[in-house]
Amino acid sequence: MLELENVSFTYDNGAGVGTRALEGVSFSVEPGEFIGLIGHTGSGKSTLLQLLIGLLKPTEGRILFEGEDIGQKGYDLKKLRSRVGMVFQYPEHQLFEETVFKDVCYGPQNIGLSQKECELRAYEALRSVGLPDECFYVSPFELSGGQKRRVAIAGILAMKPDILVLDEPTAGLDPAGKNEILDLTDELKRDRNISIILVSHCMEDVAEYADRILVMDHGRLKYDESPVVVFSHVEELEKMGLSAPAVTYIMRKLKDRGVDVRNNIITIPEAGAEIMAAFKRRHP
Amino acid sequence: MKGVVLGQYYPGDSLIHSLDPRVKIVSTFVFIISLFVVDNVPGYAVTALFLVSAVALSKVPVARLIKGLSGILVLMVFTAVFNLFLTPGEVVFSFYSLQITREGIIVTVKMLVRLVFLIMGSSLMTYTTTPSALADALESLMKPLKVVKVPVHEISMMISIALRFIPILAEEADIIIKAQKARCADFDTGSVIKRAKAMIPVLVPLFVSAFRRANDLAVAMEARCYRGGDNRTRMRPLTYCARDYRAYAVDAALLLGCILTRVIL
Repeated sequence: MLELENVSFTYDNGAGVGTRALEGVSFSVEPGEFIGLIGHTGSGKSTLLQLLIGLLKPTEGRILFEGEDIGQKGYDLKKLRSRVGMVFQYPEHQLFEETVFKDVCYGPQNIGLSQKECELRAYEALRSVGLPDECFYVSPFELSGGQKRRVAIAGILAMKPDILVLDEPTAGLDPAGKNEILDLTDELKRDRNISIILVSHCMEDVAEYADRILVMDHGRLKYDESPVVVFSHVEELEKMGLSAPAVTYIMRKLKDRGVDVRNNIITIPEAGAEIMAAFKRRHP
Repeated sequence: MKGVVLGQYYPGDSLIHSLDPRVKIVSTFVFIISLFVVDNVPGYAVTALFLVSAVALSKVPVARLIKGLSGILVLMVFTAVFNLFLTPGEVVFSFYSLQITREGIIVTVKMLVRLVFLIMGSSLMTYTTTPSALADALESLMKPLKVVKVPVHEISMMISIALRFIPILAEEADIIIKAQKARCADFDTGSVIKRAKAMIPVLVPLFVSAFRRANDLAVAMEARCYRGGDNRTRMRPLTYCARDYRAYAVDAALLLGCILTRVIL
């Protein structure tokens, strides 16, 4: 659905010598996929996200959405941005309207939908992020941090995107708020077949939810594999300033101590089952 | 919003850059006063000599200084037109009811030279001094006003904080603009009114964020027991050294020279 072909990007600092932020990145996003995007700070993730919705133009290479080059002249970027929903870091900082409901209507209004359709979509979006009805007509500034963030995400969902990109959506939230957001993304993927691209610094989250993981390092795409394969490269990941989920380290240590377990385990439920199995083998 | 330049500081390590900021402020003032003291060719030559040597010492590209003049181009044109046509005297050129006089030409040339020198002189100061150094210097120079209960330290602190926050808010504005663009906002098409209205979704979050940051900063300053004014020491106190005194001597010589050209010639 969304394809990147050999995309490179250089920040122009006016003096002729720019900063190379991306180097020959290629991958594609298929409908209903949950993709995790990881990389240390400054690895080019933010640049990549901005390229996806045409906020930046690739210096080399092209980006295709449904087969059309989004960089070509006259391409309708508004339409692209309504289909590829982008939730930036701390999205609650973009709220501005008098009421939550009006704020969520902003995106649909910008695409030029009728007032009725906008309201319908806003209502639906606010329900899907699980915001209680009594919050719909209060000022967004009166809500709690987690609620504000859900309103901001609803603002993007109201445009009914086919791909939802979230840049560290759980940063600064408490564990409950964090789980709510992650479960919401998983639900959107399952129920509506929306593709999700989740940028996160939390390896456990990515391991649990993603079908596929992209690893960025110094502007290059290092891995584009399933979570199990990516997290088997523990040493390489550590060199890039990343890591594997904590549970993977535990399983590796157990294996080193001679316990008969697999060492390619990346989630806690999996680890629990594997340890139980090993225990039963030992004590039949 | 990228590339918002403030104080247009041009980094360098020239003699002018390394002068005490107080010296630079005083010198700029002396230079401006001299410009209004002089009234004849030798006088202007003296001020020109001062400006040219200061620019040469600062190593700031002349092209940059000239570019800074573009901001007052309109003012220059107005000054020129008014002085040219409205100064009474010996007519050298007439065009319907408009007359250009000999005196008018002289006044115009003088005004233009003054304006250009004035802007170049003061922008040389901002090119060679960081905004924070300027704020520090202002505080130090305004100290005598404390006697008449002017909150000098507070004013200077506000200026420094304001200057420090401009790049932060510019970056924040950039982020908010991108976030609203991701919500299909359109800032580039439509009438002026439509475009102005389109900025509301940027301005409201920007204000909210400015207040949030101000609040955070206030708390952080309190937490570190900040209390302004008396008995506060600095990490890098402003101290004069030999070259600063020499610069003051040059200032004095400039002013004296200008007064002499006025009195003697």
